[in-house]
Amino acid sequence: MMNERAIRLFLRLYVGCIFVFVFAPIIASMIFSFNSDRFPTIPLGSFTWHWYETVYNDPDVWDALRTSVIVGVSTAILSTFIGFCTAYSDFRYNFRFKGAYLALALLPPTIPLVIMALAMLAWFSRIGVSGQVWSIVMAHTVMCSPFAMAIIRLRLQQMDSNLEAAAWNLGANQWRTMREIVLPFAKPGIISALCLTAAVSFDEFAVAWFVSGLNKTIPVVVLEIVTGNIDPQVNAIGTFVFITSMTLVIIAQIVIMTQEKKEKQPA
Amino acid sequence: MSDPLVELDNVVKRFGEFTAVQPMNLEIHKGEFLALMGSSGCGKTTTLRMLAGLEKPSEGEVRLAGRVMNDVSASDRDTPMVWQTLALFPFLNVRENVEFGLKMRGMAASERRAKALDWLDRLGIGEFAERDVALLSGGQRQRVALARALVTEPEILLLDEPLSALDAHLVIRMQGVLTKLQRELGITFVYVTHSQSEAFAMADRVVIMSNGVVEQVGAPRDIYRAPANRFVAEFVGRNNILTGKIKSSSQKEIKVETSAGNFTVPKGKGTTATTGDQLSFVIAADLVSLTGSKPKTENAVACEVISEEFVGSVVTLYLEAPDGTEFKAQVQQRDLDKVNAEAGKTLWVNWATKHAHVLPEARA
Repeated sequence: MMNERAIRLFLRLYVGCIFVFVFAPIIASMIFSFNSDRFPTIPLGSFTWHWYETVYNDPDVWDALRTSVIVGVSTAILSTFIGFCTAYSDFRYNFRFKGAYLALALLPPTIPLVIMALAMLAWFSRIGVSGQVWSIVMAHTVMCSPFAMAIIRLRLQQMDSNLEAAAWNLGANQWRTMREIVLPFAKPGIISALCLTAAVSFDEFAVAWFVSGLNKTIPVVVLEIVTGNIDPQVNAIGTFVFITSMTLVIIAQIVIMTQEKKEKQPA
Repeated sequence: MSDPLVELDNVVKRFGEFTAVQPMNLEIHKGEFLALMGSSGCGKTTTLRMLAGLEKPSEGEVRLAGRVMNDVSASDRDTPMVWQTLALFPFLNVRENVEFGLKMRGMAASERRAKALDWLDRLGIGEFAERDVALLSGGQRQRVALARALVTEPEILLLDEPLSALDAHLVIRMQGVLTKLQRELGITFVYVTHSQSEAFAMADRVVIMSNGVVEQVGAPRDIYRAPANRFVAEFVGRNNILTGKIKSSSQKEIKVETSAGNFTVPKGKGTTATTGDQLSFVIAADLVSLTGSKPKTENAVACEVISEEFVGSVVTLYLEAPDGTEFKAQVQQRDLDKVNAEAGKTLWVNWATKHAHVLPEARA
């Protein structure tokens, strides 16, 4: 009995340690973003909004934010659309080489980012679309579609395969069935996919750095600031980016969980 | 019977190498309750899906009210179906589920709402109209599925094992609901099931299928009393099947020698009985009598009682003849009280000659 309790205590501590390990740097960065000292040292100086004011008054940061938002939203929409189509084709059809098709569709996240970024840069300059906002969107869409597909596929797998047939049986043609049955059913998955792909795009640095040209996104601007000097502005931007991404991820999680709870109600 | 509503004309369905339905001919009449029965993989569900347009026949014609339906898509047919999984739309509430078919037909919102509510009331679940489907019990969801299928007032309703997910006591209740509904509406029900009790309890006619072949079509009583072949006799269960050699035959009777003893069976009109040929016959378990001492009838075997299965007022006894042949006897409890039927005791299994039903030998 004692033993069991000891193990349980140990496991809790272990989980706690992992959370500390993961979040300590972020929390430190958040704390230092409100610290008046230029250098991140302890003891802390006084509380200040100064770094946030600096960021707020920096037009470069605003440009970068605009680019990041445009890229994030476009990427989310495009990759969710592609992800949905892939997931649906997997759900609905059986065809030869389906395994290979799915493997290819899920491949991009396994490619090292730097290699992908370099390849994108080379490819975009060859076809003459490098250094534009749309280059980042395209590159991010390639990266994010597999995530969107995985999320939506998970949702579609919960769908009774008779559901579509039931709609046809009641007089709905294929398009109507898509609109009235498949899309509403997949909606939680679609919303989560939109949020998560937006978050991934918003945070992504390597590919954006290579293909962005003059259209810098937030992470690219952060790197430029830190390469110049030590500047707690970065902490302020970091806190903002972290909160934005976390909000998107949490929304995605809530959407999925509410849906599951609703459908698991007693039979 | 009126004109056939559905005709299957030499319909074959293949999936790749596998033939799910062998050339099948069947007429389903207006207002009939027809059950397609067989074990899984026998082709009954495939047949139903062909009626709904969810599968296309590989050969032959499916006609609905005289019109060839082979190339008519599922959404252009009026053949609603009640699914084994029910397939209710989880993101719509009860009323919206029922309205779906009407909405697809372009009916105005207020009109379809009224119709849906009317059907929900009719099936006794009007109070749940605005509930989430997930909040209903199994039986209530079943009724939603029925209302959703019937709201378009079709001429035919297809049912694919709709009761298989329900508790036993609910099954009986839903059987009552279904038969009553079918009689009131006067529309055709095509009901797929693997359950003999469901099929026999509800259907006007039963189609027994195995391996894509129709083994017998007939009223439940006829199938039970006069199985067309050995497969049906065994499938229907509660039958004693005996096989032996023909010893002699007169104009009306045939004498058969089996390992369990010599018996007399009736000779059908126009049948030949060549001495020495093999012959199988069945005696339904409920037509068998049991006596403690040797009866006067010709058809009697002394058997040892093996076990009994008690279902309310009716008891099924399992007995064994000296040669190992198993007998089943279905008797009233009060009749059984007159004899000693403990396991290990000997009882005489006997039946009247007219109760033996000779099986056609072709498929034995």
